[in-house]
Amino acid sequence: MNSWKRKDLLGLEELSAEEIEFILTTAASFKEVSTREIKKVPALRGKTIANLFFEPSTRTRTSFELAAKRLSADIVNFSPSASSLVKGETVLDTGENLEAMKMDCFIVRHSCAGVVEFLAKRLKASFINAGDGSHEHPTQGLLDIFTIKEKKGGIKGLNVTILGDIRHSRVARSNLWGLLKLGARVTLCGPPTLIPPGIEATGARVTYDLKKALKDADAVNVLRIQVERQKENYFPSPREYSRQYQINAETIRWAKPDVLIMHPGPMNRGLEISSEAAECSNSVILTQVENGVAVRMAVLYLLLVGK
Amino acid sequence: MDLLIKNGRVIDPAQGIDEVMDIACAKGTIEKVAKKIKPQGNPRIIDASNKIVCPGFIDSHCHLREPGREDEETIKTGATSAAAGGYTTIMAMPNTDPCLDTGPMVAFVFNKGRETSISVFPIGAITKNRAGKELTEMADLVENGAVAFSDDGNCVADNRVMRRALEYAKMVDRPLIDHPEEPALARNGVMNEGKVSTLLGLPGIPEESEEIAVFRDITLASLTENRIHLAHLTSAGSVALLRQAKKKGVPVTAEVTVHHLLLTDESVRGYNTNTKVSPPLRTKNDLKSLKEGIKDGIIEVIVTDHAPHSREEKETDFENAAFGIIGFETALPLLLRLTDDIPLSLLIACLTSNPARIFRFTDRGSLKKGLRADITIFDPKEEWTLTEAAIKSRSKNTPFLGEKMQGRVCYTICNGKVVSG
Repeated sequence: MNSWKRKDLLGLEELSAEEIEFILTTAASFKEVSTREIKKVPALRGKTIANLFFEPSTRTRTSFELAAKRLSADIVNFSPSASSLVKGETVLDTGENLEAMKMDCFIVRHSCAGVVEFLAKRLKASFINAGDGSHEHPTQGLLDIFTIKEKKGGIKGLNVTILGDIRHSRVARSNLWGLLKLGARVTLCGPPTLIPPGIEATGARVTYDLKKALKDADAVNVLRIQVERQKENYFPSPREYSRQYQINAETIRWAKPDVLIMHPGPMNRGLEISSEAAECSNSVILTQVENGVAVRMAVLYLLLVGK
Repeated sequence: MDLLIKNGRVIDPAQGIDEVMDIACAKGTIEKVAKKIKPQGNPRIIDASNKIVCPGFIDSHCHLREPGREDEETIKTGATSAAAGGYTTIMAMPNTDPCLDTGPMVAFVFNKGRETSISVFPIGAITKNRAGKELTEMADLVENGAVAFSDDGNCVADNRVMRRALEYAKMVDRPLIDHPEEPALARNGVMNEGKVSTLLGLPGIPEESEEIAVFRDITLASLTENRIHLAHLTSAGSVALLRQAKKKGVPVTAEVTVHHLLLTDESVRGYNTNTKVSPPLRTKNDLKSLKEGIKDGIIEVIVTDHAPHSREEKETDFENAAFGIIGFETALPLLLRLTDDIPLSLLIACLTSNPARIFRFTDRGSLKKGLRADITIFDPKEEWTLTEAAIKSRSKNTPFLGEKMQGRVCYTICNGKVVSG
């Protein structure tokens, strides 16, 4: 594969293994740019990108912003609190108004599944899904897979465990699709109330037992537990959760000695992950953040260059 | 004789008729159904060669939005849309704004209905404000034209209230229609719970939320010895419960919508908000059970659940979009897609004689001599494409837009008058 055909990146479910590999290879070549003294290449000079975050985010928004700037694109941030959304404007009207200002690309995060696809079908610009409800967060999936590949040399045949609130996690879904397509064995683990029905149909293994989930694991991706979920009573208390599912110095021993500890952030230290585990030599959490910029540069480049 | 329909294939399930015959009407009633009727006087003659002639369709479950959302539909536009789809009698659900929970509100819809070309009957609310707490003045509602009772989109979840309602309704002898859905299990859900909802990241509604309510309704029908009609069943489990209840002789009847016989939750992929309906689209296995339910006489009524919504309410993200689709004008061609599985005469019975019997319309639902001349004539072969421009309803929210349809209503005759065609 030597060229990119899609207008948008909406999720990893719709991509082929070949397309995913193509993004990862492109990302590898961009990683070096961020280590230069002058961290900039002119690839997207003259392109205008809008960061359209309807849901709060610091890490992902900043990562996209840096990726765009390192490719010399112009990027504007649109924050709903300061916008007309509070005045009742629809998401589509917001998109159309920004497109009228000649945007080449929208990076969109929204609390509802399907919103990015909804906009992408109606507007001409390229769309990157930066997280839509509980659906997908493809660049997070890609940067996680990029990190595993970088550390382990490949994905095929690896055992990867995704741990925590699978039900509400777009990170879990994007990781799941990407990893399965590249030939990993994926185990999903968490309390039964946070495992969504029918997820086994994807080919992933499901267990409620952390010990079983970690056995032979090459990488464990620890999802953030949203404390708000407790109101819905998916689990009785943070205490019970951490006693059953926390990754810490003790539980990590159930995995392979060289297991990668990953977390998409922001972490609840002491809840889903202990500080010791987050900071130990197996942890690649900050590498994920670093790789995030390279992966997002690759995605922006592939969607926008020559467009 | 003022109307003579010649040479059509007459299907009248109530009389077991399925052959080429003529029908003569006079003064709004059916005068004669026989072969080769000679015109007497100067009747209008309709040539129905190669067409099917059957009783006018009855829809016991639709939403006409007036009063409250006249931008989406009015009683008049709804009736026009229904007539175009072959319906001569429609029953309007009470979830208007304000809702139909008092005599004057019911009378408003009843009187507006009389100004249309077909029969429009209001369904009164079971409880005040459809809130599930206090019973409405059912006798007053009936006096003002209510033909049945329902809290529509709201299941009457409180078992004690539902029991009282079933007991009290015996006095007025009108059926109660429940929307079987246990609200706690269904809460926040926007589609069927299962593999597809998981992959799309959308909150699901398990089939069990319906089945629990179906079981509850069957139990209360048995306890109170009053009949309950179950609205729009969707799940295989519900059909099984109903089958068991009917075997035991519990007074319970049920309906299914056209779209629940044709679409599954797979069609939600792509987040098309015109696939968002309440109750939600289920799975292939459920479709199979629903069709078997019809074939076995377990489910006796097919409805549209015609639910007009404005563009604004549908042109948004899936979670926030309104539930419901329009259905009058597509019901017939869509049902004709099922004739490999279900005999045409049975489908017609579910649209005519069965709802007439269940909702106690003794003057219609068949082509027997002396009944109202409510007649639908359709060409089962005619092909057409569903476009927004062709839709007579004020709203255009249907997942079938752009699709090829086969089968079209040629004439809708209500009370002896051609009201569409």
